[in-house]
Amino acid sequence: MTAVSMSNVRKVYRMGDTDVVALADASIEVGDGEIVALVGPSGSGKTTLCSIAGGILTATSGTVVVGGHDISGMDAKQLTDFRRETVGFVFQSVNLIPFLTARENLLVVDEIGRRIGAAAKQRADQLLEELGLADRAKNLPGQLSGGQRQRVAIGRALMNEPSLVLFDEPTSALDSKLGEQVMELIQSEMKARNTAAIIVTHDQRITRYADRTVTISDGVLAA
Amino acid sequence: MKLALRELIRRPQRFATATVILTLIALLLMFLGGLLDGLINSSTEAVSAQRGDALVFSEKSRSSFPSSRIDADQRAAYDDAFGADNVGGIGIAQFGGRLPDAGPRDLISIALFGYELAPAGVPDDPPVDGEVYADSVLEDEGVTEGMTLLLGPARVPVTVIGFVDDVNYLSQGTLWGSLTTWRTVQNANRPDDPIADGVVQSLVVRGEIANVSVDGTRMLTIDESVDALPGVKEQRGTFGQIIGVTIVIAIVVVGLFFALITVERIGLYGILKAIGARSRTLFAGVLLQAIVLTLIASVVAGVIAALLDRTIPPGAIPFDLSLGRLLTSIALLLLAAVIGSAFSLRRVLRVDPASAIGSVI
Repeated sequence: MTAVSMSNVRKVYRMGDTDVVALADASIEVGDGEIVALVGPSGSGKTTLCSIAGGILTATSGTVVVGGHDISGMDAKQLTDFRRETVGFVFQSVNLIPFLTARENLLVVDEIGRRIGAAAKQRADQLLEELGLADRAKNLPGQLSGGQRQRVAIGRALMNEPSLVLFDEPTSALDSKLGEQVMELIQSEMKARNTAAIIVTHDQRITRYADRTVTISDGVLAA
Repeated sequence: MKLALRELIRRPQRFATATVILTLIALLLMFLGGLLDGLINSSTEAVSAQRGDALVFSEKSRSSFPSSRIDADQRAAYDDAFGADNVGGIGIAQFGGRLPDAGPRDLISIALFGYELAPAGVPDDPPVDGEVYADSVLEDEGVTEGMTLLLGPARVPVTVIGFVDDVNYLSQGTLWGSLTTWRTVQNANRPDDPIADGVVQSLVVRGEIANVSVDGTRMLTIDESVDALPGVKEQRGTFGQIIGVTIVIAIVVVGLFFALITVERIGLYGILKAIGARSRTLFAGVLLQAIVLTLIASVVAGVIAALLDRTIPPGAIPFDLSLGRLLTSIALLLLAAVIGSAFSLRRVLRVDPASAIGSVI
């Protein structure tokens, strides 16, 4: 099964009188359980591609299908629902909510979404257990190490049982050893759940954890 | 919603300043309201306590008791229209009252009411001529039961046989006696403008007033009569404007506070929007926080205002805090909170979920 299918996706920004092409007819497919590393220098368009796949940005043209949903023509409200139901995000600076415990940070996904209540709590506890954070469930982010915070962020991304998880520079704030541990965890969690992942990075070292590496430069994808 | 509440609980210091300011505003609002009610009540209780549907004044009196005269024929016409049992004469004489053993200039302001149909709180039957019931506020002036007061320059004696509550008139303590007692005091002190037997200053009537009209008179409902008292409209208008400005200040405080806090939260809102939170969910959180802060401020201010109400000595200032006034103040503050927090709506709507995932391009 194909988790993500992007065909001839183009993104153009208007800056003053100039059109800036951030993504030029990009096409990519990511299968279920496949981990794709998206590598490229700053400003190459990797974040733009990632944002379009996650329904955060809309493409100027082209087709984007994620988890069986064609999101190309969705309006802002539909995209919000899509992100909530179908995609998981792990952001570069972790971005946990500072006044919520680790467990509550996971449960935010339920509070803003379907509100399945007890089942969500059960899932959060299960994820924390799997991520080795069961004993840290009641800790605030400020009481956690960088690696632990990143694991909580991964747990949050998995709370809604997504078809696709997008990782934006997931190891940039971690040292090499912690970065490797986090990548191993991402790899095992994605494979265990058969969930597709796109990892945006400019660090070539972490590409070994991906099934495939895709390079992007000046908005153009190269296999 | 839980998110907003948890932030309030776990980061109380973040909201402390706004809560303190809102508490002070709420206290000001309640204090102003209590002062307004106190002033109005001290001026109008004797009229608002009238147990009737309308008061009758002579047409040319401008609804003023002192200049109003209802003659016997007009009284008879009202008796015919409503039934004699449903019509009662009223007369008011305002003079300085002298306590026994008081100095020649040591006077207290008194309004003597002559009545036939008793207002709320006053015994149904007027006392015998020469005797009166006194408003309990006069106790603070040294009036006691059994005391004989001398009214006006003519020093007409009246004897206090008991006390009644909540019947102030134009910030004066009142005495309540028969129409004959009133007429005696009035005529002795104003011999140049005597009031004939059968003439009163006003009538209180009970019944359907819509189709009744008597030449030379006009009927006002009790509320209209209260408004017609000197200074009442002006007091309400002045305090209403001050209260209005206070509400505007509350709106500005809530608006500015949540506008600032929303700016601080733009990063957080970006994350939440990226993971699927709707703008309305985020704004509902802002609204909930504004309402909770306002309720906390209102409760604290309400308790302080209630303590003030109990602490202020009777007669020191006209402060009268009622549950209705407290609830009205809280309702106005909540409205201010809703309006104030609405200023953040646009900013919340404009938060771009793309901001969560770093700079694009």
